[in-house]
Amino acid sequence: MSKPLQVFINQQAVELPIGASLADAVQHAKLEPPFAAAVNLQFVPKQQYAQHALQHGDKIELISPITGG
Amino acid sequence: MSTSTDTLVLYGQHFSSRLLLGTSRYPSPQILLDAIALAQPAMLTASLRRQTASPEASQSFWHLLRDAQVPVLPNTAGCHSIQEAVTTAEMAREVFETDWIKLELIGDDYTLQPDTLNLPEAASRLIKSGFKVLPYCTEDLVLCQRLVDVGCQAVMPWAAPIGTGKGPTNPHALRTLRERLNVPLIVDAGLGLPSHACQVMEWGFDAVLLNTAVALSQDPVRMARAFADAVNAGRAAFLAGAMQAQESAQPSTPVMGTPFWHQA
Repeated sequence: MSKPLQVFINQQAVELPIGASLADAVQHAKLEPPFAAAVNLQFVPKQQYAQHALQHGDKIELISPITGG
Repeated sequence: MSTSTDTLVLYGQHFSSRLLLGTSRYPSPQILLDAIALAQPAMLTASLRRQTASPEASQSFWHLLRDAQVPVLPNTAGCHSIQEAVTTAEMAREVFETDWIKLELIGDDYTLQPDTLNLPEAASRLIKSGFKVLPYCTEDLVLCQRLVDVGCQAVMPWAAPIGTGKGPTNPHALRTLRERLNVPLIVDAGLGLPSHACQVMEWGFDAVLLNTAVALSQDPVRMARAFADAVNAGRAAFLAGAMQAQESAQPSTPVMGTPFWHQA
């Protein structure tokens, strides 16, 4: 049995099935919309979540609106 | 020019207000909403962060922004590299559905001084990607000129470090900047009093961006209105043209016909 895929979502280590996409990672994070995603410091548009295959060690950032100055 | 037709123009877009307001550090969401209602700002700044244990806060703020019906200016606060700033801007464009971005690229965490060496490159990349970039920068003339050179149609020099409320710490440099650059200049950061805002508007700055001075006042709603009035007063004074200061007293009441006249 192959090892699961280990990625980092907002710096937390997460194990996903081999072949998981960014859409799977987003679903795992259970975020309330709206939010945006980046993988390894590269923005990934919403429409590309399902096609974006994750690699071992990928660093995923999912961020949402907050107050700011 | 009457003040009613005197609009702020940024990247070809007209704004009736010359006050941009931050949304952070208010005592409550309702107080923020009330401050917005009284100040009638041109834009509201917002940011992006990882969702915390209470995602309701983000949801609540999102709905507040929608209810306020004021254009949103997302920022790249906290970014320390060009790539971080570019990626954050791209994420903000998708979330807030706007090409506007307040470019913050921090070079020193203690003073929150912008990374002046990398700011033009970051601005250039964003402009080439279709963003309307409002860069938070220092009052350095050459830096601001470089930002204009790479396509920024407005720049936002600080008056003093973010959140200090000190007011303009380098008036000479700010006034020199105003004399030398023809693009809209927005004073961003470091203002603490309405008189600071009025002062820079009298010098010919086009707008001010505030947050802490309003949010941390004893009565943010009243202070928001005070700043809006100060910005309008300063702008009107600039358009009116101030008198030249004189070295000696000049009687304002005519001397001719003074009763009981005597030579001192």
